Amino acid sequence: MKATLKYLLAPLVVLLSACSGNPWNSPYPAADAGKNTLYSAFSERPKHLDPVQSYSSNEILLTAQIYEPPLQYHYLKRPYTLIPATTAKMPVAQYFDKNGANLPDGADTAQIAYTIYEISIKPGIRYQPHPAFAKNEQGQFLYHDLTTEDLTKVYKLADFHHTGTRELTAEDYVFEIKRLAHPRLHSPILGLMSDYIVGLKEYSATLKAAAEAQAGQEGSDAYLDLNSHFLEGAQVVDTHTYRIKIKGKYPQFMYWLAMPFFAPIPWEAERFYTQQGLAKKNITLDWYPVGTGPYMLTENDPNRVMILERNPNFHGETYPSEGMQRDERAGLLADAGKPLPFIDRVIFSRDKESIPRWNKFLQGYYDASGIGSDSFDQAVQLTGQGEATVTEAMKAQGIRLETEVATSTYYMGFNMLDPVVGGLSQSARKLRQAISIAVDYEEYVSIFANGRGIPAQGPIAPGISGHRDGKEGINPVVYDWLNERPQRKPIAAAKALLAEAGYPNGMDAKTGAPLVLYFDVTARGADDKSSLDWMRKQFQKINIQLVVRSTDYNRFQDKIRKGNAQIFEWGWNADYPDPENFLILLSGAERKVDNDGQNAANYNNPEYNRLFEQMKNMEDSPERRQIIDHMVRILRHDAPWLWGYHPKDYGLYHAWYGNVKPNKLSNNNIKYFRIDGNLREQKRREWNEPVLWPIVLGLMVLVASLVPAVIAYRRRERGMGTSHTLPAAQEPGAGNA
Amino acid sequence: MLNYIIRRMLYAIPILIGVNLITFTLFFVVNTPDDMARMQLGIKRVTPEAIEKWKHERGYDKPLIFSEAEQGAAKFTHTIFFEKSAAMFAFDFGQADDGRDIAYEIKARMLPSLAIALPVFLLGLVVYITFALVMAFFRATYVDFWGVVLCVALMSISSLFYIIGGQFLISKLWHLVPISGYGSGLDAGKFLVLPVIIGVISGAGASTRWYRTIFLEEMGKDYVRTARAKGLPESIVLFRHVLRNAMIPILTGAVVVIPLLFLGSLIAESFFGIPGLGSYTIDAINSQDFAVVRAMVFLGSLLYIIGLILTDISYTLVDPRIRLE
Repeated sequence: MKATLKYLLAPLVVLLSACSGNPWNSPYPAADAGKNTLYSAFSERPKHLDPVQSYSSNEILLTAQIYEPPLQYHYLKRPYTLIPATTAKMPVAQYFDKNGANLPDGADTAQIAYTIYEISIKPGIRYQPHPAFAKNEQGQFLYHDLTTEDLTKVYKLADFHHTGTRELTAEDYVFEIKRLAHPRLHSPILGLMSDYIVGLKEYSATLKAAAEAQAGQEGSDAYLDLNSHFLEGAQVVDTHTYRIKIKGKYPQFMYWLAMPFFAPIPWEAERFYTQQGLAKKNITLDWYPVGTGPYMLTENDPNRVMILERNPNFHGETYPSEGMQRDERAGLLADAGKPLPFIDRVIFSRDKESIPRWNKFLQGYYDASGIGSDSFDQAVQLTGQGEATVTEAMKAQGIRLETEVATSTYYMGFNMLDPVVGGLSQSARKLRQAISIAVDYEEYVSIFANGRGIPAQGPIAPGISGHRDGKEGINPVVYDWLNERPQRKPIAAAKALLAEAGYPNGMDAKTGAPLVLYFDVTARGADDKSSLDWMRKQFQKINIQLVVRSTDYNRFQDKIRKGNAQIFEWGWNADYPDPENFLILLSGAERKVDNDGQNAANYNNPEYNRLFEQMKNMEDSPERRQIIDHMVRILRHDAPWLWGYHPKDYGLYHAWYGNVKPNKLSNNNIKYFRIDGNLREQKRREWNEPVLWPIVLGLMVLVASLVPAVIAYRRRERGMGTSHTLPAAQEPGAGNA
Repeated sequence: MLNYIIRRMLYAIPILIGVNLITFTLFFVVNTPDDMARMQLGIKRVTPEAIEKWKHERGYDKPLIFSEAEQGAAKFTHTIFFEKSAAMFAFDFGQADDGRDIAYEIKARMLPSLAIALPVFLLGLVVYITFALVMAFFRATYVDFWGVVLCVALMSISSLFYIIGGQFLISKLWHLVPISGYGSGLDAGKFLVLPVIIGVISGAGASTRWYRTIFLEEMGKDYVRTARAKGLPESIVLFRHVLRNAMIPILTGAVVVIPLLFLGSLIAESFFGIPGLGSYTIDAINSQDFAVVRAMVFLGSLLYIIGLILTDISYTLVDPRIRLE
């Protein structure tokens, strides 16, 4: 009844909001006007906010602001540089042989039995206020033994009225590492980390057995005491120091320490959230994070809005005081040394469709926006030098464009197990090389990505060690270096290679049959027809018939896993800025077929595999770069992929949005941003003056159409009255008509 | 009447089982439990063990409909179909694949769906009947002719066009209401204006034409001729006689949809950012969340059956000749 009344009063609210001084079309309350708030949108609701499970970019956008792993990326420096987040200093790897003897830094990888990272965190860091820490006067936890009765009036976390906090300890980091193996959680990196963290695999088995034993006990809740089981690979040294023991040498492990998987979780939070009854109310650690980061999640309605607010207990981190040369020119160092974060509140509103999202950005209700292909021409224009800039209309609104090449790659792969395009034979190799020349990715990027990409010369994305620019970075199989730029080889070169492969003019020299290849794609809508047609034409240039085999994503993945595809498209986003993260995609040990790894092309070149094993555990050095160069040369020669392109991310930002430098690997960037709330409010009012003439016109049209209708009605009524010749029988109530 | 209702409710059970079976079959023809696991766990670094574990935890590692390994009734009961369906008949919808409680979500999302659907339904009914009566009153005149033309034109346009066009005109160009979004409590009002207006307009063509046809059919009947012969004004004839007698077909269409109003609109909720059940269903389909899809189809079927029973009951209220036996 109460709810119904609310909705009956809704029109009144519309009128009131119109009188509040807020623009009529503002989706936010008038009380929020001018506040130091960042407004952003999300289209897909996050699945997990538990750092041990979360791996998607839309989830990390939230968790990275709340949780603090020991390390982070420098916001401004390029190439990407790791710096301490909660640690007092950068951890240093210590190497040991199988007898436990300490080895020097440059020790032979074969000698290294294990590596130890000793990590010291800064003292005095405190968690956000949270009911899991709340205690009574006797020092007992208030909410660790909740009964069904206690939960009757609890619908969300804020319904627990008392909160507490405590200092971050090394034990919390160790606890999170143990959670990677929690049998009721699904950490995507458990498999990988079990290969590296000493004892994690065994620990996982121990926990599984403990959980099964616990499940049989009556009345037990879901809490599994991880600290009562020993994990050799992660141990507390003292209150602020812990130690991670890694099998062999794994230099990339440092990058993992900058990901939320290794953020601290207090045992109290695990104890609190695993109580019976809370999951039924969707109150879980997966939905209500507990961290030490600059923000805390205060409202979590993933169907509508998610709100981050400044963590009052955040420790004193300051804005970086050094960056690249152009950062100073761009004013990105103006806030150097100032305490973070700058913004008080971040409101993420759910907008599933791109049209409303884009329009709200133009109205000033979102502070930043990506650019969809529908709105690209409206937003971006190319200068005479081919440089992208905002259009005049955007410029007039003070909107600016920031671009950054993503640490990603989109490629077209050949299934190396396929009898026609696969294998390392000279014939198959030349066929793949011919196709590599024929498919013009410069044109593809220009037509289908609005120029937002760089045709790739190999698997390693720009900005990652091992990627080379200029003449020495080109793929000589596909490009020539002409006029100081890479020039795709002519189609004649592709045709020549095709003939050498045994398919002169696209016909099989042995059978005389035309060469038909199959392109496996996920079922796509009519919008993608043009790109598929374009792809057919590329193959047609060398007289190869391309047949598109479209299927749904599940079947497509299944084909790839079983090695039934011939040619396919795929992509990869780097986890960390190390070439190993790209080169692993073509490692023989990672083949999809047999090994269910990341190598979808099932490429397996023994020389490449050997070099990969040698390179992967090396520190970044000239020697390592030489090996990488060699590996890339092998890949270009074998051409298991058409290298495709590295996408370029375009972002639009309003004039009131400051300190923005796109950073594709660091996700905890909101603490650096700045918002000028007053300027935003002024612009919103300016841009959203209500236009009232349509209402007036509408009313006039209504009246204008009613008048003749009423006249006609009365005339008809009178006419009908006179037309009846018989006296009308009195109808009850007729006189009121 | 009570016997009739009980009988109809019992008929509903095999219907619901049938609907559930069809949903189950269609879903698992397209998706395997492995696909569902991969969708939830992501693509990167997912091991076969993780997939098995995910399936085991949710009971998706069992046979679909028939278990050859079991004995007796267990051949049918130790299957995904039975285990997932049986609980639903006790309204235990379980957890979505992302771990959230489905019943909790349904409760939370029902009101936003209703907040759009109910005003659209009520306002629409008043507007459509009014226009249909006007057209019937001015039948065979230019008002009727152009009214029908307008109705056909309105019917011919996709509802998506109304949504995008409405957002463009009313929100983007004229800045009168927010383009999308939703507020809690009273704040929801300003977000509902546009979807309600668009909802009413997009349904106007078909409904007005249909009601006009009903009214015209009634107006051709003998009792209307008699009423006119008595010299009653046309307004009395229309409102007192024609409208009352046209209520049966109107009720047929209107009452049956009342329970379905809770389920919301798939497209409108997505475009207007309304966190209702329509949006929930679309999300579940996109993420291959069988638990949610099954729960929503079950709920939809149940509400539809309830709607049909309510329609039958309403007949007895508006037409004394009808008795439920």
